[in-house]
Amino acid sequence: MLSLHTIHRVWIPVGFIICLLPMVWIVLQIFAVGGLGLGPNPIEEIQDWLGIWGLRLIMMTLTVTPFRWLIRQHWPVRFRRMLGRFAFTYCLAHFLTYVVLDQSFDWSAIIEDITERPYLTIGFAALVLMVPLAITSSHSWRRKLGRRWQILHRLIYVAGIAGCWHFYWQVKKDVTEPLIYIAILTVLLGARVVHQLYARTPTASKERG
Amino acid sequence: MLIKRSTAIKPSEITSEANFLNRRSFLHTASLAGSGLLLGSGCTQADTPADPPFEGRLMGENTTGLELNSLSDIMSYNNFYEFGLSKGDPAKYAGAFKPRPWTVEIAGEAEVTGTFDYGDIVGPHPIQERIYRFRCVEAWSMVIPWNGIPLRDLLRRFKPTSRARYVAFETVYRPSEMPGQRSRVLDFPYLEALTIEEAMHPLTLLVTGLYGIDLPNQNGAPLRLIVPWKYGFKSIKSIVRISFTATMPPTTWSLAGPSEYGFYANVNPEVDHPRWSQARERVIGSGLFSKKQPTLMFNGYAEQVAGLYQGLDLTRNF
Repeated sequence: MLSLHTIHRVWIPVGFIICLLPMVWIVLQIFAVGGLGLGPNPIEEIQDWLGIWGLRLIMMTLTVTPFRWLIRQHWPVRFRRMLGRFAFTYCLAHFLTYVVLDQSFDWSAIIEDITERPYLTIGFAALVLMVPLAITSSHSWRRKLGRRWQILHRLIYVAGIAGCWHFYWQVKKDVTEPLIYIAILTVLLGARVVHQLYARTPTASKERG
Repeated sequence: MLIKRSTAIKPSEITSEANFLNRRSFLHTASLAGSGLLLGSGCTQADTPADPPFEGRLMGENTTGLELNSLSDIMSYNNFYEFGLSKGDPAKYAGAFKPRPWTVEIAGEAEVTGTFDYGDIVGPHPIQERIYRFRCVEAWSMVIPWNGIPLRDLLRRFKPTSRARYVAFETVYRPSEMPGQRSRVLDFPYLEALTIEEAMHPLTLLVTGLYGIDLPNQNGAPLRLIVPWKYGFKSIKSIVRISFTATMPPTTWSLAGPSEYGFYANVNPEVDHPRWSQARERVIGSGLFSKKQPTLMFNGYAEQVAGLYQGLDLTRNF
């Protein structure tokens, strides 16, 4: 059993640094540090990298609760806020790369793209859904909203589905990778359904509060 | 009845006559260039991507006003699903491919058919240099100095009959050397086709090299097509079969996704891909902060090729 102290003093900072690594990696590549480089189409590389890490972090955020059930311990939940905030940060950076580098602030093209290309509409929707979650991710907002906080934060399920869908629709032909993400998401959301139906023990319902 | 159409190539699109070289002296020049820069025909950059960038050497002058992509851009970023799905895969995995010996089968509605050696196919024709825009259906583009022969010069030697209305092409099928062919992402071997008028158009090139060197494995060695006014996937690579047909032949991408990829696949900024816009394109090699550039009708070759499609609804025949 991890003590609350070690979690906050050691493991959360360690996790923070790990979550930062993909960002550090792409920045090192942009500046071609130590022979690294992004190849002939750097914008695509940056955009894909930030997007895939945004999606991975959404999945990790969604893993916390089923993992907690699995190991029957409470401590994983301590990492959830940080994972969720990183997920939002990467998704936002992915979007900003699109706005700044890919489209060069051409707002009319951006609006047309987002309204006319379903894969962009759904990706943008995922990001928008995460905005209220990022804003209300603090302790004080959680206290303020009480029971409604939990309901609000179920939007992450929708954001996860939309994010996978966005990935699935943007690949040209080979959908293997997006299907892997969809399969993992199905397991993570399915675990919640199963938990609701069968595993609802007094302990579980106490934890929900 | 044939309608007269403008098929003239702008003088600026091709190298002047004086710069035409025959195959023999071209190879000689290429091997000289190669030996000096460790880029002989037997060695591709794929094995050593960290080599000092070889910027290539034009056979003639670039009079097109277009800025050329570097050889390393051309050799390290392209689609060739036979070697993998990512655009870095061809450079990574094409090293084991053997482009020689090579034969091409000529079949179908022609007086002369049979299997011909690479030398018989290319040998009789002088190699020209053509600097063309290259536009991928994924909305990125390059400018590439190809070396090759006008396809029509080759096709005429086989005397296609009046029944020959289309020309079909097939890529080699060698899963042992082409790891991507072991996946089922596309139905290999890769198939492409043109109408006979498109195949006989003077812009249509049978490519043997680029930047004065033999065609690198990852770019479709030893023989590929270049149809500069069409999306890149029409320009089939590593060709082993050419056949003249009376009916429209099947093509790989239109079989894989008929709602997204058509037979014609002409570059057209006004007809979007169902999932993305074709109005603009990312110019490869233009840097992190450069804007996308507007895509041109028929990739900038409208003056020469628009006549081929008179009366054809380009929205429906995409």
